[in-house]
Amino acid sequence: MSAAEKSARPAWKEETRREIEELRGRYPHPHGMLLPVLWLAQRDFGWISPEAMELVAETCGATPAHVYSLVTFYTMFETERPIRYHIQVCQGLSCTLRGAEEIRAHIEKRLGIRAGMRTEDGRFRLSVVECLASCATAPVMQVNRTYYENLTVEKVDALLEEWMKE
Amino acid sequence: MIAETRVITARMNDTDSHTLEGARAAGGYDAARKAFAMEPEAVTALVKESGLRGRGGAGFPCGLKWSFLRKERDVTYLCVNADESEPGTFKDRLILERDPHLLIEGILIACRAIRCAHAYLYIRGEFDLPYRRIRDAAAEAYRAGLLGPDAAGSGHPIDLTIHRGAGAYICGEETGLLNSLEGRKGQPRIKPPFPTDAGLFGKPTVINNVETLANLPFILTSGAEAYRAHGTEKSPGTRLFGVSGHVERPGLFELAMGVPMRALIEDLCGGVRGGKRLKAVIPGGSSTPVLTAEEAMAVTLDFESVQEAGSMLGSAGVIVMDETTDMVKALDVLIRFYAHESCGQCTPCREGVIWIARTLHKIAEGRGGRADLEKLEDLAHGITGNTICVFSDAAAMPVLSFLSKFRGEFEARVSGAGREGAA
Repeated sequence: MSAAEKSARPAWKEETRREIEELRGRYPHPHGMLLPVLWLAQRDFGWISPEAMELVAETCGATPAHVYSLVTFYTMFETERPIRYHIQVCQGLSCTLRGAEEIRAHIEKRLGIRAGMRTEDGRFRLSVVECLASCATAPVMQVNRTYYENLTVEKVDALLEEWMKE
Repeated sequence: MIAETRVITARMNDTDSHTLEGARAAGGYDAARKAFAMEPEAVTALVKESGLRGRGGAGFPCGLKWSFLRKERDVTYLCVNADESEPGTFKDRLILERDPHLLIEGILIACRAIRCAHAYLYIRGEFDLPYRRIRDAAAEAYRAGLLGPDAAGSGHPIDLTIHRGAGAYICGEETGLLNSLEGRKGQPRIKPPFPTDAGLFGKPTVINNVETLANLPFILTSGAEAYRAHGTEKSPGTRLFGVSGHVERPGLFELAMGVPMRALIEDLCGGVRGGKRLKAVIPGGSSTPVLTAEEAMAVTLDFESVQEAGSMLGSAGVIVMDETTDMVKALDVLIRFYAHESCGQCTPCREGVIWIARTLHKIAEGRGGRADLEKLEDLAHGITGNTICVFSDAAAMPVLSFLSKFRGEFEARVSGAGREGAA
């Protein structure tokens, strides 16, 4: 990360501090709080910056290196600045059997990017994911926190158009 | 025409089934009170008598697992495995979303049986609605005194902590789950020691699947005999079967175990999509060996029958494939999942599964040779049983079963005569 991108050291909000204290009482060792506290950091700061990793490490009595090892082991912690729409298309077998590849290809075409990339305006990011456990409603995608199920090209188009207008 | 048997889904279609009020209107928490009026050993004995087997995949008897707990212990933990993420499997979501109080009641009963004062529920990170539902239900249960210092008026403290995972399939493996809960990478542990001896934070721990625990309220309320009235002798009770793939109506169905696969696919799911012919079925989640159409149509859905047919009931995630399915492509897609999800701890898995995935992809793209088929088999045998957990076995089983049962398609592809198409 270049110096220009380096962000200021974040601090916990007062309310988050209370949530952390409540968590502290729930785990016999503070390392147990690491994943929950990382989730709180992501909620409050939008992503897990290197500085946020230091803050989490301090809060949970861990080393920044250990926190880094977690953030990179698990797939759901964002190590890049947040984006408006993170589209994750499931490519598991059940979804593939019902047309997930066509859905992915269509989104790639509409957004002009390949999976794994962001649009130039910084509003869309497209990822492929392995199984969202919604196999009976395949094909499925998750956009930010919401599942969109039983997808068709027409449904995807309607959604994209709505989001592009914003 | 076969019908569903509603034991754990009994109240899921009620309005507000996910709220405490909804659960209570349907008799929720009566079973937990009954459990607290019994000695812990009596609860365990009842569950043993019911024959309840774990619903996470392995089918190990639940009461027996509880009785393995080390006798001398100061603290006992219950870990609820809600890290459902095996392709084809989507059953626990229903319980978490529609009837979280049924699960909390099951947790209370299990806590009584094993003398646990603090249960941790580990839920997969991608599950947003299920997470909010179980979190809100736990908050309701705390406010109503069902959880907390005097759980359900028992005089015993029982806490429930909802712990959210962050995207790693391996955390569904029980010792990977423990490591993740302790704030480490979710890499599995060498056994022994088994969790019942030294588990979470080094303390004796029982790990149960969501669906397993959801069976407990019925067993407490209606008794072991009523439970055994459903299912077969060795596989009592019901199962949540999740059907996906090429059927007219995919979905989740609760059936007494022992029902023919044919009835599930043809009656409840409306048959194979578009009147096509059935080609293959994966009966129990993506890691269970594939069955040919003939094998699948002859099998009944219980632990023993599926095993006799050469596969496993596993998590009861049934993936149906019709005659248009390109089996090379299907396996390619399936194994990509395992290559993505290997935790990287053991070399045979980290290197082997990725090697398998690359070789398969090469074959699927028509760039493979005959030697690649042998290499796939070698690799699958080479990783099986040679790692800390069964993840590599879970990746090897589909490879070996697809290669043996649909050999012709793989051979056609390496000889250059195969077609390229959609799975």
